[in-house]
Amino acid sequence: MKELMVRAIYCESLGYEASFSYIHAIKLAQQGAGLEKRVGYLAVSLFLNENHELLLLLVNTVLKDLQSTNLIEVCMALTVVSQMFPKDMIPAILPLVEEKLNHPKEIIRRKAVLALYKFYLIAPNQVQHIHNKFRKALCDKDPGVMTASLHIYLQMIQENPEGYKDLTASFVTILKQVVGGKLPIDFNYHSVPAPWLQIQLLRILSFLGKNDQSVSELMYEVLDESLQRAEMNHNITYAILYECVRCIYTIHPKSELLEKAAQCIGNFVLSPKINLKYLGLKALTYVVQQDPKLALQHQMTIIECLDHPDLIIKRETLELLFRITNAQNVMVIVEKMLEFLRVSTDDYTTIDLVGKVAELWFIETMNTVFSVGGDMMQPDIPNSFLKLLSEGFDCVEDDRKLRLFAVDSYISLLHGEPGKLPQRFLQVISWVLGEYSHLREELEPASVLRLLEKLLDMKQTSSETKNWVLMAMTKLCVGGASVSVAQQVSETYISSMDTVLRQRAQELQHFGQDSEVRTRVLPRDTDLENTIFDVDSSLSFLDGFVSEALAAGAAPYKPPHQRQEELAQAKALSLEPYGLSLPISMSSCSIADRQSPTPLSMSSGLSTTLKLDGVKRVWGREGYLVQRESVEETAQVEVPSPLRSPSQQAEANGSHSQTPTQTPTPEPEQEKQQLAASLFFGLSSQSSVCLMGKSGPTSHRFRRKAKGQGSISGATEQTSKTKLNDSDIKGSDPSLSEDSGLVAADSEDMNPHEDPERPKDLCLSSHLPAELSGLCHSEISPLCSIQSLDLSACHVQKDDSLVLVIFIQNSSDSAIRQIPLDLDSDELEVMYYVSRVSDSPVEDVRSHDVAVYQYSLTVKRPSVHVEVVGTVSCPVGTPQTVRFSYKLPLTTFIRPLTLSTEEYGTMWLAFSHDTKQNLTLISDDPEPLTATLSVLKRKLQLHVVEIIGMEGILACRLLRDRPCLMHCRVHAGALAVWLRSPVPDLPDCLIYHCQRALQED
Amino acid sequence: MMRFLLLFSRQGKLRLQKWFTPISEREKKKIIRDMTSMVLARQPRSCNFLHWKDLKIIYKRYASLYFCLAVDNQENELLALEVIHRYVELLDKYFGNVCELDIIFNFEKAYFILDEFLIGGEIQETSKQVVNRCIESSDMLQEDDSSEWYEVELFG
Repeated sequence: MKELMVRAIYCESLGYEASFSYIHAIKLAQQGAGLEKRVGYLAVSLFLNENHELLLLLVNTVLKDLQSTNLIEVCMALTVVSQMFPKDMIPAILPLVEEKLNHPKEIIRRKAVLALYKFYLIAPNQVQHIHNKFRKALCDKDPGVMTASLHIYLQMIQENPEGYKDLTASFVTILKQVVGGKLPIDFNYHSVPAPWLQIQLLRILSFLGKNDQSVSELMYEVLDESLQRAEMNHNITYAILYECVRCIYTIHPKSELLEKAAQCIGNFVLSPKINLKYLGLKALTYVVQQDPKLALQHQMTIIECLDHPDLIIKRETLELLFRITNAQNVMVIVEKMLEFLRVSTDDYTTIDLVGKVAELWFIETMNTVFSVGGDMMQPDIPNSFLKLLSEGFDCVEDDRKLRLFAVDSYISLLHGEPGKLPQRFLQVISWVLGEYSHLREELEPASVLRLLEKLLDMKQTSSETKNWVLMAMTKLCVGGASVSVAQQVSETYISSMDTVLRQRAQELQHFGQDSEVRTRVLPRDTDLENTIFDVDSSLSFLDGFVSEALAAGAAPYKPPHQRQEELAQAKALSLEPYGLSLPISMSSCSIADRQSPTPLSMSSGLSTTLKLDGVKRVWGREGYLVQRESVEETAQVEVPSPLRSPSQQAEANGSHSQTPTQTPTPEPEQEKQQLAASLFFGLSSQSSVCLMGKSGPTSHRFRRKAKGQGSISGATEQTSKTKLNDSDIKGSDPSLSEDSGLVAADSEDMNPHEDPERPKDLCLSSHLPAELSGLCHSEISPLCSIQSLDLSACHVQKDDSLVLVIFIQNSSDSAIRQIPLDLDSDELEVMYYVSRVSDSPVEDVRSHDVAVYQYSLTVKRPSVHVEVVGTVSCPVGTPQTVRFSYKLPLTTFIRPLTLSTEEYGTMWLAFSHDTKQNLTLISDDPEPLTATLSVLKRKLQLHVVEIIGMEGILACRLLRDRPCLMHCRVHAGALAVWLRSPVPDLPDCLIYHCQRALQED
Repeated sequence: MMRFLLLFSRQGKLRLQKWFTPISEREKKKIIRDMTSMVLARQPRSCNFLHWKDLKIIYKRYASLYFCLAVDNQENELLALEVIHRYVELLDKYFGNVCELDIIFNFEKAYFILDEFLIGGEIQETSKQVVNRCIESSDMLQEDDSSEWYEVELFG
């Protein structure tokens, strides 16, 4: 039977169901003797848990065994009782267990104490009456029993430290005796006296001494002694030290001890042992709130830990940084956290936690960004911020917290001096308050309205901002007080000169009066993800209306910029609609309104979807675009594009020659712009300086380091093991452009650079496959070598693809077979190029020969530089794997895209991802625009579609066939560039390369 | 307080499991799966502590066996590491140069030792001698009783 039971246990632990044996386990515990009983009890404790119904059958057995004269049976019963026992059966055995506290054998007493501890944990009120018996156990002559009683005390003191202050002296005495080595040698662990006991006592003391000076004073001496005694270099002493330090920092502080503790932490942090480093960081995290200077002392180590390959250490460091976050370093720390998040994908709640924390800061960061960057920044930044806020994350609770945090922080900002905040920030604030201020329940909508009203009254508030504010008010006006405020506001603005403002005021008024309409149009808690957007980009639902109106003799609709042009006799068409500013594009309501002036008909006429879409669309980015598209589409249909009209072109040319003197952009403004741009580009070099603020020489080293990390985003690029550095980009590109018939100015300069590599290059390039040898290739650069194999690589730009060629040179005397070569990349799709020779990347290399692998690369996700990482292992000799990487700039994937101006026009409207930036213009040329564009054409292989006056349009494609369009306009001495593409991130990356190309020139 | 102790081999085969708090079977399976995958994925020179949900996982490898102990968050990690070490010492003392096979074939013994060392998630007895004395005395009991029990089985 015993054997069978053991097998059943084994089966269970292998994961097979053996529930049929549970009852037999209980039987065995009941009827067996000696080892059988023991196995029975063991099986029961492994099979069943506290709630299992069969456990009731065990109660009787336990009762019997507790009364047994056989010590071992009593022990077994107590063991099983302290592991699990049905809660409601405790009273049945409690007296018996209590009795055992007086048992002559210490092992029985100890087990009884632990059983009581267990009872205390599951049903504290049932053991209430025996507290004085615990005291007796504490004073037991056997240290083991005393140790066991400390578990109970720790628990009780943690819950109620006040009730046990009188015991402090006893605990201190015990600790003194332990530290002094008064215990029997049995209790030593690696010649440290009873470490578990010590730690238990230290923890009890820290609970007792917390916020209590007089009690803390009792402990100082013994703590000091513990610190001194624990000198041996063993894990267990470090465990005690750590607990000491924690205690010292928890109780009422004493400077001497703090100093010693700080020194201890220093030893931990600086220790080469990774476990100690971890504990040191943990201790620092604990301590840093009281003593931020300590973190300063160790900042170098902290920074090193931040780059530690072990994620756990990294996480702990972030936790530490979290505690020292302030307004100055918030950016860097968030950056680091995000980096960490990117690395670790499967870490359950920890990720959640870090994510949450980062998001909370995110708001703070955005606040700073908004106030500093202010009106300089591109409109899509606040847009995407709001989108993020409204779409939220996976966790509802997190979303709520994040939004609440945002609302709180904005309310306090508005209570401050809103006049100083930039307009765009005010817009964001009013949107957030409109959407989410109801989350803060104690906040009266009326008071929010009053705050918003203040904004309206400020004279520097732009009408655009007023629009946002009014819209927020519309969402908020519920309840009596707020309606009256709202009415008052709408009265003021209903006669405004600005049509859009007037419209908003109308809306506000009507919604304020009719709450039913309001709730239908503006449902609360709009979760963007759950609401299905039926965005009809062509606004076809208006077609009927329009045709009716046209039939009725109405003038065809003209888009605002066209009207403006007509008014101003504009000299050239701007593809960038003037006044793209939000009010115009705000919602289709405004269109509807133009045609049917009463807002009421808007809310009850037409179709309901229109209203909902119309109102909602204001918020989404999509809506915003739809509006613009439709406006421009109409422009295309109705008016012949001035781009093609020769007279206008001539006019434009004329105007161009008339404006040679351009006022340069004021410098401070540019700086600000750059700051905003760099903040978003992920560069943290400026801000990282102030991670820890002051402190002399160390912060210098720190700065350098942080900068190195910041450069991923591409400000400096020579850092990593970039195989393909600037020189070969240039080395390859000019020759490419020679093909296309353009003379490269700097191709000669580059030759000396390449010379040292030449011979090798030549010999390897002879191995280039025939179909590639005609094309020009980049410099062949070595990747890595492994035993007798040398790997080199180059890339060849073909019209429709980019081919990565890897050469494996075998310098040994024997052929090497089956070289496993693996390539992968985050940003790229790597395909093995099926050549005629073989169709598998595992190939043989004959001795002193070269094997050539070809891969075709396509970009999955654009990034400024893309990287292919690979591993190769040598099958000969000791197995060994080497990693290598090959970096390419995105420009190698860019090909010109030839298309006509009309095609350009239609494509432009269809793309959703865009970016805008001002670039430097080549000013020493008589025709700056043409010169600048030809540089871009030469270096980045952009196709110049057309240049009209001060504007030019260019096009290119990212392999394969993902277009990117570029619109440039000379404006105030700079080149205002607007890039659009269907591919996210592509415009951003391309603009970076344009910037570089122009800077180098 | 300790939550659970798992022993598994380098191949992820569970050798011993001890749960100090009531956990459903399903949850147990999930935890075991998570633990083995997490611990086995660790690089050799990294630290012995991990975070898992709100628990700390302290693991240590002895030869081909991983000992994996989950403790509450405020617990002292180094101490937990020493708990593992002490348990290994106890096993070593009992089996005499313990190896994985000892634990596979005598896992009930390993459980008995564990029961004498830890109870309900707390340290019970830290002395090697005392624990061994306990185990030995109950082993003695078994020798004495086995014949008697055998008879009972035959006749009953």
